Amino acid sequence: MVATPFTPIASLLGGAMIGLSAVLLMWTTGRIAGVSGIAARLFPPYEDRQFAGRLAFVAGLIVAPVLVRLVTGSLPAQTIAAGTPLLIVAGLLTGFGAVWGSGCTSGHGVCGLSRLSVRSLIATMTFMAAGMATVFVMRHWS
Amino acid sequence: MTILIQFGIGLVFGLGLIVSGMSNPAKVLNFLDVGGIPAGTWDASLAFVMAGAVAVTFIGFSRVLKLARPVFADRFYVPTRNDIDPRIIAGPAIFGIGWGLVGFCPGPALTALGFGSASAFIFVAAMCAGMVLARFIAQVPSATRSVTPGEPLEI
Repeated sequence: MVATPFTPIASLLGGAMIGLSAVLLMWTTGRIAGVSGIAARLFPPYEDRQFAGRLAFVAGLIVAPVLVRLVTGSLPAQTIAAGTPLLIVAGLLTGFGAVWGSGCTSGHGVCGLSRLSVRSLIATMTFMAAGMATVFVMRHWS
Repeated sequence: MTILIQFGIGLVFGLGLIVSGMSNPAKVLNFLDVGGIPAGTWDASLAFVMAGAVAVTFIGFSRVLKLARPVFADRFYVPTRNDIDPRIIAGPAIFGIGWGLVGFCPGPALTALGFGSASAFIFVAAMCAGMVLARFIAQVPSATRSVTPGEPLEI
């Protein structure tokens, strides 16, 4: 386990930027900024003609750290403490569950809660509880 | 034009993930680790990410959705479902387990690709496979299913 410092100001500011992004996407394209929905629709079957826009949004997500490195000369800490088998299992569960439950942290947790959606509230409470239970088992049961 | 704007909006989202610390799975896991509260290793930062994001989105959405239509689209594509079906619990439960195993949810995982980490590539490849699989299963007609499944991607 790697200890991380409590960063309330930076986290609040970063969160506000995520919110700003969600508001801008709704204002311009009329779409929910749900990353799992956007990413999953990059694959067939295609239901509409929004592929290029979705790809551009995902490209923006990926370019963000590249830009940070260009401007500041470094990147903040990123610790991924998992081997390949765990990465594969976790990736499969995360992708499958996000689509099966119609959204992830951004779609339900940010956009859904902001719309006072009951479905999103239930989804958010469920994935928070499942995430906490999983970390508890992984860290404190062995 | 709209493509460039959506790239910019994705960029703001990604920068927000980095500034907030959510691009670091260790920070996410330390938030989810409520068992670490007695030892003082619990990192409450993620609650502030959520608070900042929801506050801005709540105010922004309430204003934007009063407009007749979005700038570049014919209408707002806002989910309207409010029924509680098994999938709105099963999906997030599965998602939450994956999230708790590594500390990546879809946004930070995609942003991690730009950090150049090999682990992120493996995670994202598996995540995309999971997404494709869920969409495929949701489309397969089932003899035991009495009602048609809802749109799997509607939030």
